[in-house]
Amino acid sequence: MKKLITLLLFLVLALPAVAFAEKPVLMMSTTTSTDNTGLLDVLKPAFEAETGIELRWTAVGTGKALAMGQNCDVDVLLVHAPGAEKKFVADGYGVDRTQLMYNDFVIIGPAADPAKVKGMSVSDALKKIGQSGNIFCSRGDNSGTHKKELSLWKESGMAVPEKEAWYVQTGQGMLPTINVANEKNAYTMTDRGTFIKYEASHNGNPPIVILVEGDGALFNQYSAMAVNPKNCPNAKYDLAKKYIDWMASDATQKLIGDFKLMGKQLFTPNAGK
Amino acid sequence: MDFILEGIYKAFLLLLGGHEETWSAVYATVAVSSISICATVLLGAPLGFLLGYCSFPGRRAVRLVVDTLLSFPTVVIGLIVYGFISRSGPLGELGLLFTLQGIAVGQVMLGLPVVVAMVANAVENADERLEATLLTLGADSTQLLRATLWEVRYHLMLATVAAYGRIVSEVGISMMVGGNIKWHTRTITTAIALETGKGEFAMGVALGLVLLIIAFGVNISVSGLKRRVAK
Repeated sequence: MKKLITLLLFLVLALPAVAFAEKPVLMMSTTTSTDNTGLLDVLKPAFEAETGIELRWTAVGTGKALAMGQNCDVDVLLVHAPGAEKKFVADGYGVDRTQLMYNDFVIIGPAADPAKVKGMSVSDALKKIGQSGNIFCSRGDNSGTHKKELSLWKESGMAVPEKEAWYVQTGQGMLPTINVANEKNAYTMTDRGTFIKYEASHNGNPPIVILVEGDGALFNQYSAMAVNPKNCPNAKYDLAKKYIDWMASDATQKLIGDFKLMGKQLFTPNAGK
Repeated sequence: MDFILEGIYKAFLLLLGGHEETWSAVYATVAVSSISICATVLLGAPLGFLLGYCSFPGRRAVRLVVDTLLSFPTVVIGLIVYGFISRSGPLGELGLLFTLQGIAVGQVMLGLPVVVAMVANAVENADERLEATLLTLGADSTQLLRATLWEVRYHLMLATVAAYGRIVSEVGISMMVGGNIKWHTRTITTAIALETGKGEFAMGVALGLVLLIIAFGVNISVSGLKRRVAK
Protein backbone atom coordinates (compact mmCIF):
# COMPACT_ATOMS: atom_id res chain seq x y z
CA MET A 1 0.00 0.00 0.00
CA LYS A 2 2.72 2.48 1.04
CA LYS A 3 4.83 1.56 -1.97
CA LEU A 4 1.94 2.22 -4.27
CA ILE A 5 1.26 5.61 -2.74
CA THR A 6 4.94 6.53 -2.99
CA LEU A 7 4.94 5.51 -6.62
CA LEU A 8 1.84 7.55 -7.41
CA LEU A 9 3.21 10.59 -5.57
CA PHE A 10 6.43 10.24 -7.52
CA LEU A 11 4.49 10.15 -10.78
CA VAL A 12 2.54 13.25 -9.82
CA LEU A 13 5.63 15.19 -8.81
CA ALA A 14 7.63 14.07 -11.82
CA LEU A 15 5.00 15.20 -14.27
CA PRO A 16 5.60 18.99 -14.19
CA ALA A 17 9.28 18.34 -14.85
CA VAL A 18 8.38 16.37 -17.97
CA ALA A 19 5.90 19.01 -19.05
CA PHE A 20 8.49 21.80 -19.19
CA ALA A 21 9.65 22.24 -22.74
CA GLU A 22 13.09 23.58 -23.55
CA LYS A 23 12.15 25.12 -26.88
CA PRO A 24 10.12 28.32 -27.09
CA VAL A 25 6.51 27.36 -27.74
CA LEU A 26 4.19 29.14 -30.13
CA MET A 27 0.51 28.47 -29.47
CA MET A 28 -1.89 28.66 -32.38
CA SER A 29 -5.62 28.27 -32.75
CA THR A 30 -6.69 27.09 -36.16
CA THR A 31 -9.64 25.63 -38.00
CA THR A 32 -10.41 21.97 -38.30
CA SER A 33 -9.73 21.94 -42.05
CA THR A 34 -5.99 22.70 -41.76
CA ASP A 35 -5.59 20.02 -39.10
CA ASN A 36 -7.93 17.29 -40.42
CA THR A 37 -6.34 17.34 -43.86
CA GLY A 38 -2.88 16.79 -42.35
CA LEU A 39 -1.35 20.00 -43.76
CA LEU A 40 -0.11 21.20 -40.36
CA ASP A 41 1.57 17.88 -39.65
CA VAL A 42 3.61 18.39 -42.81
CA LEU A 43 4.49 22.03 -42.08
CA LYS A 44 5.29 21.68 -38.36
CA PRO A 45 8.61 19.77 -38.64
CA ALA A 46 9.89 22.14 -41.33
CA PHE A 47 9.03 25.18 -39.21
CA GLU A 48 10.67 23.72 -36.11
CA ALA A 49 13.81 22.70 -37.98
CA GLU A 50 14.26 26.19 -39.43
CA THR A 51 13.37 28.37 -36.47
CA GLY A 52 13.75 26.17 -33.38
CA ILE A 53 10.26 27.22 -32.30
CA GLU A 54 7.86 24.50 -31.26
CA LEU A 55 4.44 24.98 -32.82
CA ARG A 56 1.40 23.72 -30.92
CA TRP A 57 -2.12 24.13 -32.14
CA THR A 58 -5.66 23.52 -31.09
CA ALA A 59 -8.03 22.85 -33.98
CA VAL A 60 -11.48 24.33 -33.43
CA GLY A 61 -14.13 26.18 -35.43
CA THR A 62 -13.15 29.69 -36.57
CA GLY A 63 -15.61 31.22 -34.07
CA LYS A 64 -13.89 29.55 -31.13
CA ALA A 65 -10.44 30.16 -32.63
CA LEU A 66 -11.14 33.90 -32.71
CA ALA A 67 -12.55 33.84 -29.16
CA MET A 68 -9.34 32.19 -27.95
CA GLY A 69 -7.33 34.94 -29.64
CA GLN A 70 -9.51 37.59 -28.03
CA ASN A 71 -8.95 35.96 -24.59
CA CYS A 72 -5.17 35.93 -25.21
CA ASP A 73 -5.01 32.14 -24.93
CA VAL A 74 -3.08 31.76 -28.19
CA ASP A 75 -0.34 33.76 -29.90
CA VAL A 76 -1.28 33.31 -33.53
CA LEU A 77 -4.34 32.32 -35.56
CA LEU A 78 -4.74 30.52 -38.88
CA VAL A 79 -8.36 30.88 -39.97
CA HIS A 80 -10.64 31.33 -42.96
CA ALA A 81 -13.41 33.86 -42.38
CA PRO A 82 -12.21 37.13 -43.96
CA GLY A 83 -15.20 39.16 -42.75
CA ALA A 84 -14.83 38.07 -39.13
CA GLU A 85 -11.03 38.41 -39.35
CA LYS A 86 -11.24 42.02 -40.55
CA LYS A 87 -13.60 42.81 -37.68
CA PHE A 88 -11.18 41.06 -35.28
CA VAL A 89 -8.35 43.32 -36.50
CA ALA A 90 -10.55 46.44 -36.48
CA ASP A 91 -11.63 45.71 -32.89
CA GLY A 92 -7.95 45.73 -31.87
CA TYR A 93 -7.60 42.02 -31.11
CA GLY A 94 -5.42 41.03 -34.05
CA VAL A 95 -2.53 42.46 -36.09
CA ASP A 96 -0.48 41.57 -39.17
CA ARG A 97 -3.28 39.76 -40.99
CA THR A 98 -1.58 38.04 -43.93
CA GLN A 99 -3.32 36.03 -46.61
CA LEU A 100 -1.57 32.72 -47.19
CA MET A 101 -3.51 30.29 -49.32
CA TYR A 102 -6.94 29.40 -50.59
CA ASN A 103 -9.03 26.52 -51.60
CA ASP A 104 -12.64 26.65 -52.60
CA PHE A 105 -15.96 25.50 -51.30
CA VAL A 106 -18.11 23.04 -53.21
CA ILE A 107 -21.71 22.01 -52.87
CA ILE A 108 -22.00 18.27 -52.60
CA GLY A 109 -24.94 15.92 -52.56
CA PRO A 110 -26.16 12.44 -53.47
CA ALA A 111 -24.93 11.21 -56.85
CA ALA A 112 -28.59 10.87 -57.98
CA ASP A 113 -28.99 14.64 -57.40
CA PRO A 114 -32.72 14.67 -56.47
CA ALA A 115 -33.00 18.50 -56.64
CA LYS A 116 -31.22 18.62 -60.04
CA VAL A 117 -28.65 21.28 -59.21
CA LYS A 118 -25.59 19.87 -60.98
CA GLY A 119 -23.54 22.51 -62.78
CA MET A 120 -25.70 25.45 -61.64
CA SER A 121 -24.45 28.68 -60.09
CA VAL A 122 -24.42 28.71 -56.30
CA SER A 123 -27.38 31.09 -55.98
CA ASP A 124 -29.55 29.06 -58.36
CA ALA A 125 -28.54 25.78 -56.74
CA LEU A 126 -29.43 26.95 -53.23
CA LYS A 127 -32.79 28.31 -54.40
CA LYS A 128 -33.53 25.05 -56.18
CA ILE A 129 -32.62 22.97 -53.11
CA GLY A 130 -34.88 25.22 -51.00
CA GLN A 131 -37.78 24.80 -53.41
CA SER A 132 -37.34 21.05 -53.69
CA GLY A 133 -37.47 20.64 -49.93
CA ASN A 134 -34.57 18.18 -50.05
CA ILE A 135 -32.55 18.10 -46.84
CA PHE A 136 -29.57 20.47 -46.65
CA CYS A 137 -27.04 19.95 -43.85
CA SER A 138 -25.48 23.03 -42.31
CA ARG A 139 -22.54 23.05 -39.90
CA GLY A 140 -24.48 25.41 -37.63
CA ASP A 141 -21.38 25.93 -35.46
CA ASN A 142 -20.26 29.47 -36.27
CA SER A 143 -17.20 28.10 -38.08
CA GLY A 144 -15.68 29.74 -41.14
CA THR A 145 -17.56 27.32 -43.38
CA HIS A 146 -20.83 28.02 -41.59
CA LYS A 147 -20.34 31.79 -41.90
CA LYS A 148 -19.65 31.35 -45.60
CA GLU A 149 -22.76 29.26 -46.07
CA LEU A 150 -24.92 31.86 -44.32
CA SER A 151 -23.54 34.59 -46.60
CA LEU A 152 -24.34 32.45 -49.67
CA TRP A 153 -27.99 32.08 -48.64
CA LYS A 154 -28.19 35.86 -48.32
CA GLU A 155 -26.49 36.41 -51.70
CA SER A 156 -28.96 34.06 -53.35
CA GLY A 157 -31.73 36.37 -52.15
CA MET A 158 -33.21 33.87 -49.71
CA ALA A 159 -33.57 34.28 -45.98
CA VAL A 160 -31.41 31.82 -44.05
CA PRO A 161 -33.76 28.81 -43.77
CA GLU A 162 -33.13 28.62 -40.04
CA LYS A 163 -36.43 26.98 -39.12
CA GLU A 164 -37.25 25.01 -42.23
CA ALA A 165 -37.74 21.28 -41.66
CA TRP A 166 -35.33 20.46 -44.52
CA TYR A 167 -32.53 22.58 -43.03
CA VAL A 168 -30.54 20.36 -40.63
CA GLN A 169 -27.91 22.03 -38.43
CA THR A 170 -25.46 19.42 -37.22
CA GLY A 171 -23.39 21.60 -34.89
CA GLN A 172 -20.37 19.43 -35.73
CA GLY A 173 -17.18 19.55 -37.74
CA MET A 174 -17.00 19.24 -41.53
CA LEU A 175 -16.40 15.50 -41.88
CA PRO A 176 -19.12 14.53 -39.38
CA THR A 177 -21.46 16.87 -41.26
CA ILE A 178 -20.63 15.18 -44.58
CA ASN A 179 -21.34 11.86 -42.89
CA VAL A 180 -24.73 13.15 -41.72
CA ALA A 181 -25.47 14.35 -45.25
CA ASN A 182 -24.57 10.90 -46.54
CA GLU A 183 -26.88 9.17 -44.04
CA LYS A 184 -29.74 11.52 -44.81
CA ASN A 185 -29.26 11.63 -48.58
CA ALA A 186 -28.80 15.37 -48.24
CA TYR A 187 -26.85 18.27 -49.73
CA THR A 188 -24.19 20.23 -47.88
CA MET A 189 -21.40 22.70 -48.50
CA THR A 190 -17.78 21.84 -47.70
CA ASP A 191 -14.28 23.10 -48.34
CA ARG A 192 -12.65 21.12 -51.11
CA GLY A 193 -9.76 19.93 -48.93
CA THR A 194 -12.05 18.17 -46.50
CA PHE A 195 -14.01 16.65 -49.36
CA ILE A 196 -10.85 15.21 -50.93
CA LYS A 197 -10.04 13.72 -47.53
CA TYR A 198 -13.55 12.25 -47.44
CA GLU A 199 -13.10 10.86 -50.95
CA ALA A 200 -9.81 9.31 -49.87
CA SER A 201 -11.49 7.55 -46.94
CA HIS A 202 -13.96 6.02 -49.41
CA ASN A 203 -11.16 4.87 -51.72
CA GLY A 204 -12.04 7.52 -54.27
CA ASN A 205 -15.60 6.33 -54.77
CA PRO A 206 -17.80 8.28 -52.30
CA PRO A 207 -21.61 8.07 -52.23
CA ILE A 208 -21.71 11.88 -52.14
CA VAL A 209 -20.27 13.84 -55.04
CA ILE A 210 -19.43 17.41 -56.04
CA LEU A 211 -22.39 19.02 -57.81
CA VAL A 212 -21.61 22.74 -57.81
CA GLU A 213 -18.07 24.13 -58.10
CA GLY A 214 -15.97 26.84 -59.71
CA ASP A 215 -18.33 29.71 -58.89
CA GLY A 216 -16.39 32.82 -57.80
CA ALA A 217 -18.64 33.08 -54.75
CA LEU A 218 -17.14 29.83 -53.44
CA PHE A 219 -13.60 31.18 -52.94
CA ASN A 220 -12.15 30.24 -49.49
CA GLN A 221 -9.25 32.40 -48.28
CA TYR A 222 -7.02 31.35 -45.37
CA SER A 223 -5.06 33.97 -43.45
CA ALA A 224 -2.81 34.13 -40.42
CA MET A 225 -2.91 36.86 -37.77
CA ALA A 226 -0.97 37.54 -34.59
CA VAL A 227 -2.94 38.48 -31.50
CA ASN A 228 -2.49 42.16 -30.74
CA PRO A 229 0.31 42.60 -28.16
CA LYS A 230 -1.46 45.77 -26.95
CA ASN A 231 -4.47 43.66 -25.99
CA CYS A 232 -2.42 40.69 -24.78
CA PRO A 233 0.94 41.80 -23.32
CA ASN A 234 1.91 38.20 -22.53
CA ALA A 235 1.39 36.94 -26.07
CA LYS A 236 4.56 35.93 -27.90
CA TYR A 237 4.24 38.47 -30.66
CA ASP A 238 7.80 38.04 -31.96
CA LEU A 239 7.32 34.28 -32.41
CA ALA A 240 3.93 34.83 -34.03
CA LYS A 241 5.45 37.31 -36.47
CA LYS A 242 8.19 34.81 -37.34
CA TYR A 243 5.56 32.15 -38.02
CA ILE A 244 3.49 34.40 -40.25
CA ASP A 245 6.57 35.47 -42.23
CA TRP A 246 7.67 31.84 -42.53
CA MET A 247 4.24 30.79 -43.82
CA ALA A 248 4.36 33.56 -46.43
CA SER A 249 7.94 32.73 -47.52
CA ASP A 250 8.52 31.27 -50.98
CA ALA A 251 9.79 27.94 -49.68
CA THR A 252 6.79 27.36 -47.42
CA GLN A 253 4.38 28.51 -50.10
CA LYS A 254 5.87 25.85 -52.33
CA LEU A 255 5.43 23.25 -49.55
CA ILE A 256 1.74 24.21 -49.29
CA GLY A 257 1.28 23.93 -53.06
CA ASP A 258 2.99 20.54 -53.10
CA PHE A 259 0.80 19.11 -50.34
CA LYS A 260 -1.36 16.49 -52.03
CA LEU A 261 -3.88 13.90 -51.02
CA MET A 262 -4.81 11.17 -53.53
CA GLY A 263 -2.75 13.10 -56.07
CA LYS A 264 -4.93 16.19 -55.66
CA GLN A 265 -3.70 19.58 -54.52
CA LEU A 266 -5.65 20.78 -51.47
CA PHE A 267 -4.54 24.37 -51.01
CA THR A 268 -3.30 26.98 -53.48
CA PRO A 269 -0.69 29.34 -51.97
CA ASN A 270 -1.34 33.04 -52.62
CA ALA A 271 0.71 35.06 -50.11
CA GLY A 272 1.61 38.52 -51.34
CA LYS A 273 -0.89 38.37 -54.18
CA MET B 1 -20.72 -2.18 -38.92
CA ASP B 2 -17.43 -3.45 -40.37
CA PHE B 3 -15.51 -0.71 -38.63
CA ILE B 4 -16.21 -2.28 -35.22
CA LEU B 5 -14.39 -5.50 -36.09
CA GLU B 6 -11.69 -3.53 -37.86
CA GLY B 7 -11.37 -1.41 -34.71
CA ILE B 8 -10.84 -4.42 -32.47
CA TYR B 9 -8.09 -5.64 -34.76
CA LYS B 10 -6.52 -2.16 -34.96
CA ALA B 11 -6.47 -1.76 -31.17
CA PHE B 12 -3.96 -4.56 -30.85
CA LEU B 13 -1.89 -3.27 -33.76
CA LEU B 14 -1.71 0.17 -32.13
CA LEU B 15 -0.54 -1.17 -28.79
CA LEU B 16 1.77 -3.93 -29.98
CA GLY B 17 3.10 -2.07 -33.02
CA GLY B 18 4.34 0.83 -30.85
CA HIS B 19 2.19 3.43 -32.65
CA GLU B 20 3.82 6.61 -31.34
CA GLU B 21 0.74 8.84 -31.38
CA THR B 22 -1.30 6.30 -29.49
CA TRP B 23 1.37 5.83 -26.85
CA SER B 24 1.61 9.60 -26.43
CA ALA B 25 -2.16 9.68 -25.80
CA VAL B 26 -1.88 6.71 -23.43
CA TYR B 27 0.82 8.55 -21.50
CA ALA B 28 -1.25 11.75 -21.33
CA THR B 29 -4.31 9.81 -20.18
CA VAL B 30 -2.49 7.80 -17.51
CA ALA B 31 -0.55 10.83 -16.25
CA VAL B 32 -3.49 13.18 -16.00
CA SER B 33 -5.92 10.64 -14.56
CA SER B 34 -3.35 9.58 -11.92
CA ILE B 35 -2.87 13.16 -10.73
CA SER B 36 -6.60 13.72 -10.76
CA ILE B 37 -7.56 10.61 -8.85
CA CYS B 38 -4.83 11.14 -6.21
CA ALA B 39 -5.93 14.72 -5.58
CA THR B 40 -9.59 13.70 -5.67
CA VAL B 41 -9.13 11.03 -2.98
CA LEU B 42 -6.80 13.13 -0.82
CA LEU B 43 -9.34 15.98 -0.80
CA GLY B 44 -12.51 13.95 -1.05
CA ALA B 45 -11.97 11.39 1.72
CA PRO B 46 -11.60 13.91 4.60
CA LEU B 47 -14.41 16.07 3.19
CA GLY B 48 -16.67 13.05 2.88
CA PHE B 49 -15.80 12.05 6.45
CA LEU B 50 -16.66 15.52 7.76
CA LEU B 51 -19.92 15.55 5.87
CA GLY B 52 -20.93 12.09 7.06
CA TYR B 53 -19.66 12.43 10.63
CA CYS B 54 -20.32 15.98 11.81
CA SER B 55 -23.79 17.32 12.33
CA PHE B 56 -24.20 20.98 11.63
CA PRO B 57 -27.08 23.17 10.47
CA GLY B 58 -27.60 22.94 6.73
CA ARG B 59 -25.90 19.55 6.49
CA ARG B 60 -28.74 18.00 4.55
CA ALA B 61 -28.70 20.89 2.12
CA VAL B 62 -24.95 20.37 1.58
CA ARG B 63 -25.54 16.66 0.95
CA LEU B 64 -28.20 17.54 -1.58
CA VAL B 65 -25.81 19.91 -3.34
CA VAL B 66 -23.08 17.26 -3.42
CA ASP B 67 -25.49 14.67 -4.79
CA THR B 68 -26.63 17.14 -7.45
CA LEU B 69 -23.03 17.88 -8.43
CA LEU B 70 -22.75 14.21 -9.40
CA SER B 71 -24.61 15.29 -12.55
CA PHE B 72 -22.28 18.19 -13.37
CA PRO B 73 -21.84 18.17 -17.17
CA THR B 74 -18.17 17.84 -18.05
CA VAL B 75 -18.30 20.48 -20.77
CA VAL B 76 -19.59 23.03 -18.24
CA ILE B 77 -16.81 22.13 -15.80
CA GLY B 78 -14.44 22.61 -18.74
CA LEU B 79 -15.91 26.04 -19.49
CA ILE B 80 -15.70 27.14 -15.84
CA VAL B 81 -12.09 26.01 -15.50
CA TYR B 82 -11.28 27.63 -18.86
CA GLY B 83 -12.79 30.92 -17.62
CA PHE B 84 -10.50 30.91 -14.59
CA ILE B 85 -7.23 29.80 -16.21
CA SER B 86 -7.55 31.60 -19.54
CA ARG B 87 -4.78 34.19 -19.89
CA SER B 88 -7.50 36.83 -19.54
CA GLY B 89 -8.98 35.05 -16.49
CA PRO B 90 -8.15 35.57 -12.79
CA LEU B 91 -5.67 32.65 -12.67
CA GLY B 92 -4.23 33.25 -16.14
CA GLU B 93 -0.74 33.94 -14.76
CA LEU B 94 -0.34 30.30 -13.72
CA GLY B 95 -0.20 29.25 -17.38
CA LEU B 96 -2.37 26.20 -16.80
CA LEU B 97 -4.39 26.40 -20.02
CA PHE B 98 -3.48 23.73 -22.59
CA THR B 99 -1.57 21.69 -19.96
CA LEU B 100 -2.26 18.34 -18.33
CA GLN B 101 -2.29 20.04 -14.92
CA GLY B 102 -5.09 22.31 -16.13
CA ILE B 103 -7.12 19.28 -17.21
CA ALA B 104 -6.45 17.73 -13.78
CA VAL B 105 -8.04 20.74 -12.05
CA GLY B 106 -11.25 20.14 -13.94
CA GLN B 107 -11.14 16.38 -13.42
CA VAL B 108 -10.78 16.84 -9.67
CA MET B 109 -13.95 18.95 -9.76
CA LEU B 110 -15.57 16.08 -11.63
CA GLY B 111 -14.38 13.31 -9.31
CA LEU B 112 -14.74 15.11 -6.00
CA PRO B 113 -18.55 14.85 -5.65
CA VAL B 114 -18.37 11.10 -6.31
CA VAL B 115 -15.85 10.47 -3.52
CA VAL B 116 -17.42 12.94 -1.08
CA ALA B 117 -20.94 11.56 -1.57
CA MET B 118 -19.94 7.90 -1.32
CA VAL B 119 -17.61 8.34 1.67
CA ALA B 120 -20.16 10.50 3.50
CA ASN B 121 -22.76 7.83 2.92
CA ALA B 122 -20.46 5.06 4.17
CA VAL B 123 -19.46 7.03 7.29
CA GLU B 124 -23.11 7.72 8.08
CA ASN B 125 -23.93 4.05 7.84
CA ALA B 126 -20.83 2.83 9.69
CA ASP B 127 -21.24 1.05 12.99
CA GLU B 128 -22.23 3.66 15.58
CA ARG B 129 -20.38 1.78 18.31
CA LEU B 130 -17.10 2.49 16.52
CA GLU B 131 -17.15 6.16 17.37
CA ALA B 132 -18.12 5.53 21.00
CA THR B 133 -15.39 2.92 21.36
CA LEU B 134 -12.74 5.15 19.83
CA LEU B 135 -13.70 8.07 22.03
CA THR B 136 -13.66 5.96 25.21
CA LEU B 137 -10.22 4.74 24.24
CA GLY B 138 -9.17 8.39 24.14
CA ALA B 139 -8.70 8.86 20.41
CA ASP B 140 -8.06 12.41 19.20
CA SER B 141 -9.79 13.78 16.12
CA THR B 142 -7.02 12.77 13.66
CA GLN B 143 -7.05 9.23 14.99
CA LEU B 144 -10.82 9.20 14.78
CA LEU B 145 -10.65 10.28 11.13
CA ARG B 146 -8.06 7.66 10.28
CA ALA B 147 -9.79 4.83 12.11
CA THR B 148 -13.17 5.63 10.56
CA LEU B 149 -11.73 5.90 7.06
CA TRP B 150 -9.97 2.57 7.66
CA GLU B 151 -13.28 1.08 8.70
CA VAL B 152 -14.97 2.27 5.47
CA ARG B 153 -11.94 1.39 3.30
CA TYR B 154 -13.93 -0.82 0.93
CA HIS B 155 -16.40 1.96 0.30
CA LEU B 156 -13.49 4.33 -0.22
CA MET B 157 -12.03 1.96 -2.81
CA LEU B 158 -15.36 1.64 -4.52
CA ALA B 159 -15.67 5.43 -4.56
CA THR B 160 -12.17 5.68 -6.02
CA VAL B 161 -12.97 3.22 -8.77
CA ALA B 162 -16.22 5.02 -9.60
CA ALA B 163 -14.50 8.43 -9.63
CA TYR B 164 -11.65 7.04 -11.75
CA GLY B 165 -14.17 5.71 -14.24
CA ARG B 166 -15.71 9.12 -14.61
CA ILE B 167 -12.36 10.89 -14.81
CA VAL B 168 -10.69 8.62 -17.34
CA SER B 169 -13.66 8.57 -19.70
CA GLU B 170 -14.54 12.27 -19.73
CA VAL B 171 -13.91 14.24 -22.90
CA GLY B 172 -15.48 17.68 -22.28
CA ILE B 173 -12.87 18.96 -19.85
CA SER B 174 -9.88 17.54 -21.72
CA MET B 175 -11.10 19.08 -24.97
CA MET B 176 -11.93 22.53 -23.60
CA VAL B 177 -9.03 22.97 -21.16
CA GLY B 178 -6.42 20.78 -22.85
CA GLY B 179 -7.16 21.78 -26.42
CA ASN B 180 -6.42 18.32 -27.85
CA ILE B 181 -2.84 19.32 -28.72
CA LYS B 182 -0.93 16.55 -30.43
CA TRP B 183 1.97 15.11 -28.37
CA HIS B 184 0.96 17.21 -25.35
CA THR B 185 -2.64 17.24 -24.21
CA ARG B 186 -4.19 14.76 -26.61
CA THR B 187 -5.71 12.15 -24.34
CA ILE B 188 -7.32 8.96 -25.56
CA THR B 189 -10.82 10.41 -25.25
CA THR B 190 -10.02 13.58 -27.20
CA ALA B 191 -8.22 11.46 -29.78
CA ILE B 192 -11.40 9.37 -30.12
CA ALA B 193 -13.44 12.53 -30.65
CA LEU B 194 -10.94 13.72 -33.27
CA GLU B 195 -10.72 10.42 -35.16
CA THR B 196 -14.50 10.06 -35.16
CA GLY B 197 -14.76 13.65 -36.40
CA LYS B 198 -12.37 12.78 -39.21
CA GLY B 199 -14.58 9.84 -40.16
CA GLU B 200 -11.97 7.30 -39.02
CA PHE B 201 -14.52 5.23 -37.12
CA ALA B 202 -12.35 2.11 -36.82
CA MET B 203 -9.58 4.17 -35.25
CA GLY B 204 -12.13 5.55 -32.77
CA VAL B 205 -13.22 2.07 -31.75
CA ALA B 206 -9.60 0.96 -31.47
CA LEU B 207 -8.72 3.84 -29.15
CA GLY B 208 -11.83 3.12 -27.10
CA LEU B 209 -10.57 -0.41 -26.56
CA VAL B 210 -7.16 0.91 -25.57
CA LEU B 211 -8.88 3.01 -22.90
CA LEU B 212 -10.80 -0.01 -21.65
CA ILE B 213 -7.57 -1.97 -21.43
CA ILE B 214 -6.07 0.76 -19.21
CA ALA B 215 -9.18 0.78 -17.02
CA PHE B 216 -8.98 -3.00 -16.80
CA GLY B 217 -5.39 -2.75 -15.59
CA VAL B 218 -6.34 -0.19 -12.96
CA ASN B 219 -9.22 -2.31 -11.69
CA ILE B 220 -7.05 -5.41 -11.48
CA SER B 221 -4.55 -3.51 -9.31
CA VAL B 222 -7.37 -2.22 -7.11
CA SER B 223 -8.87 -5.65 -6.60
CA GLY B 224 -5.40 -7.01 -5.80
CA LEU B 225 -4.97 -4.20 -3.28
CA LYS B 226 -8.36 -5.02 -1.81
CA ARG B 227 -7.35 -8.63 -1.24
CA ARG B 228 -4.13 -7.57 0.45
CA VAL B 229 -5.94 -5.08 2.68
CA ALA B 230 -8.43 -7.77 3.68
CA LYS B 231 -5.67 -10.03 5.00
